[in-house]
Amino acid sequence: MQVKEYKPLIVAFCCNWCSYAGADLAGNNRLNYPAEVKIIRVPCSCRVNPMFVLRAFQRGADGVILCGCHPGDCHYTSGNYYTRRRMAMLFSMLDYLGIERERTRVEWVSAAEGAKFAATMNDFAEKVAALGENKRLEDLRCKK
Amino acid sequence: MENKNLRDEIIRRSGVNPTKCMRCGKCTGTCPAFDEMEYHPHQFVYMVESGDIEPLLESKSLYRCLTCFACVDRCPRGVEPAKLVEAVRLAAVRQQGNNHMTANDVPAKIEEDTPQQLIVSAFRKYTK
Amino acid sequence: MQRIGVFVCWCGSNIAGTVDVVAVAEALKSEPGVVFSANYQYMCSQAGQDLIKDAIKEHNLTGIVVCSCSPRMHEATFRKTAAAAGLNPYMVEIANIREQCSWVHKDMPVGTEKAIILGKAAVAKVNLNTPLVPGESPVTKRALVIGGGIAGIQTALDIADAGFEVDIVEKQPTIGGKMAQLDKTFPTLDCAACILTPKMVDVGQHEKIRIFSYSEVEAVKGFVGNFDVTIKKKARYVKEELCTGCGDCVSKCPMKKVPNEFNLGMDNRKAIYIPFAQAVPKVATIDADYCNMLKNGKCGVCAKFCQAGAIDYTQKDELIEEKYGAIVVATGYNPISMDKFDEFAYNQSKDVITSLEFERLTNAAGPTAGKLLRPSDGKHPEKIVFVQCVGSRCDACNEKGKEYCSKICCMYTAKHAMLTRDKYPDTDVTVFYIDVRTPGKNFDEFYRRAVEEFGVHYIKGMVGKVSPEGDKLIVQASDIIANKQIKIDADLVVLAAAIEPDKSARPLATMLTASMDTNDFFTEAHPKLRPVESPTAGVFLSGACQGPKDIPETVSQAGAAASKVIGLLAKDKLTGNPCVAHSNEMMCNGCSSCERVCPYGAITYEDKEFRMPDRTTLVRRIAVVNPAVCQGCGCCTVACPSGAMDLKGFANNQIIAEVDAICK
Repeated sequence: MQVKEYKPLIVAFCCNWCSYAGADLAGNNRLNYPAEVKIIRVPCSCRVNPMFVLRAFQRGADGVILCGCHPGDCHYTSGNYYTRRRMAMLFSMLDYLGIERERTRVEWVSAAEGAKFAATMNDFAEKVAALGENKRLEDLRCKK
Repeated sequence: MENKNLRDEIIRRSGVNPTKCMRCGKCTGTCPAFDEMEYHPHQFVYMVESGDIEPLLESKSLYRCLTCFACVDRCPRGVEPAKLVEAVRLAAVRQQGNNHMTANDVPAKIEEDTPQQLIVSAFRKYTK
Repeated sequence: MQRIGVFVCWCGSNIAGTVDVVAVAEALKSEPGVVFSANYQYMCSQAGQDLIKDAIKEHNLTGIVVCSCSPRMHEATFRKTAAAAGLNPYMVEIANIREQCSWVHKDMPVGTEKAIILGKAAVAKVNLNTPLVPGESPVTKRALVIGGGIAGIQTALDIADAGFEVDIVEKQPTIGGKMAQLDKTFPTLDCAACILTPKMVDVGQHEKIRIFSYSEVEAVKGFVGNFDVTIKKKARYVKEELCTGCGDCVSKCPMKKVPNEFNLGMDNRKAIYIPFAQAVPKVATIDADYCNMLKNGKCGVCAKFCQAGAIDYTQKDELIEEKYGAIVVATGYNPISMDKFDEFAYNQSKDVITSLEFERLTNAAGPTAGKLLRPSDGKHPEKIVFVQCVGSRCDACNEKGKEYCSKICCMYTAKHAMLTRDKYPDTDVTVFYIDVRTPGKNFDEFYRRAVEEFGVHYIKGMVGKVSPEGDKLIVQASDIIANKQIKIDADLVVLAAAIEPDKSARPLATMLTASMDTNDFFTEAHPKLRPVESPTAGVFLSGACQGPKDIPETVSQAGAAASKVIGLLAKDKLTGNPCVAHSNEMMCNGCSSCERVCPYGAITYEDKEFRMPDRTTLVRRIAVVNPAVCQGCGCCTVACPSGAMDLKGFANNQIIAEVDAICK
């Protein structure tokens, strides 16, 4: 039997104004990052409901990363501050549930930081890969 | 590049990034020991960046730098040339087998009031 | 159930090179709701768009997914295409398989697999899309220009000439800005006042333009088309409408020792003053910090001599409320402080000056009436040293300098050097440069003329230190090409100080919710394609507040900003972004969580009557979103504990569907 190389599945929520544009810039500059990183566009990082993060883990994601504008640069003035607080709460709760801190991350990536986006994704994927598959929160009923 | 390993080692040891240099020459314009040197601060940075380190190791400039840090203070790019000089100086000092004399030369230099400890450490140093 | 069409773009070889587009189209065909799929070389081309339109009509599509480049690139294009074929434009979703797939992955199977998953996520989202109709809001047909320098003046004139009313808010007593302080302008050497002051007069006399001089913007509320701005008119203790600008008060004022900021403190003015002869509006202003009458009630000379009776010591700051449809920021720049550059001895010697001070020294209306004399002893300097890049391109100076290139210094230094050699051929002029940057029409020719025809010495190197000795300045510098350290005993040292955005820009940006970069320059909506718009709708950028600029560039940007404003004000109604929050009133429990997090104040509460099943009525407090004010960030949707609040276009169930599709 051929063993498939383990590649972590990573869901990245990117705000439309900074980080999604940063991801586009990484593409423009042809900076590689793992194909397992899948980006979901949201208007602002504060649009990300903790429920979405839980849902991703439940459905078998191995890591979830939120990217927003740098503090003070939010297109909507203050959205990323809410993100920071909400995710600090959520991540500490996930930690309590046994989901390692390395599986979750909030990162500020501006529209000019294509290189930072790629580097962040590479680093995050590496850290998540080192942890192995997410089994603890995965809902087996969702598995096909 | 001529001496990539040594170059990288000097960059690592000094913590200086010579690629930040924009070649403005403010370090050389600032340097109080300019007249004493054959390689001036801006050349020094450039030579380290391009790996041309051998001439620096043998140069007297290394020991003419006063480490006054005027260049560090005034460099607009934060390159810190004096720290590079210090790192090259260290590289010169740490080179093995480049002692000025051998253990055999030591006895001739011993005088009556030379402390015992100095004699022992001199032998220890020059036998290596 | 939706009828979805999937369109996979090759983008030439940009996508097709690393993604098997045929396989992607094939794989997405079996997704729920998909009834049609196609691939084409360039979907954004006319032929590609026609293919989409035809498919929408032929297959009765209710939603489409375009697998192509970033939605930031062509989402608007494909929405227009859909609208042209009679489909609601918000039924279009883009799967970004170029920037976020084919361009970052090199392996064909990997890229194809990811493209399919991204396509599936987009299909899952479209399945839950609903047609959206943007709201409309009226446009106040008046523009506000903040800053009355050459940028603000040009913008205001262009907007007013198109027939719209414009107000200029200027914090100084007169418009004119930095350009009014300059002597000559490169590369043609026209006199700055000769080309600026006619424009200032035009502004002053234009029936569509009002000038709020000596005023500042205090608060900004509202949104594109409907800004409510509070302007603070600072008390100038002179009735503007009565003052004739005769200057009698100025000549009689006994308080003579006030540093003249127009000449950068190189001479003195009176406590009541008109900044310069061509000021617009030509109205006197009393400086409350120095006026004896205002400080201790002992004087009143100006009131005695004013024949127009314009002096009013009891004047108070006045707040004016105005409505505007568009706001142009033209707050400009200032040279940075030289206080932290000890090595140049700026604070030790009066003969070390900045270039702007040099500009005043050579200006016929300046403190020396245009004669180049040393500030310390009034002698003619025989050796002048110009130092370029003082504080520019400086990223490690303990916050002394600025990381960017200030752009204008190379050219004005060449201008100063050339003019000095022209007027005083006996003067020895040396310029220390790191690089000479002259990218502009006739710029390099100008610099070369300074060297070849006027004999200015350009030395590649930097000044290390300047030490005053007697009445000389010993300049110690490097000459990199000759590999020498040189010493020059100069009479005058001129520092080309870096420029920085005006200090008023940062608080203004907060008021306008317009974004800034780390250097406090305003950021543009797109660095190449939308260079005069701020990301905040209805706020436009003009001049050096957006980045260092010379006069020709400033004027062209000012005109561009004006044309954008005219385009906005020409509309009677604005269509908003339909992707706004809305509250499900049946689920809302009126807790105010959403109201507290909304950065725009778009959410209010109202009491609404509900008919109950038992035919009684119940009054409940529910949240209501103003769609014209809501910008669609979605912060409230997460704050809502009952799940009543949702965001159109990025609904909870849509994002969850995307998550599910990706994690399958």
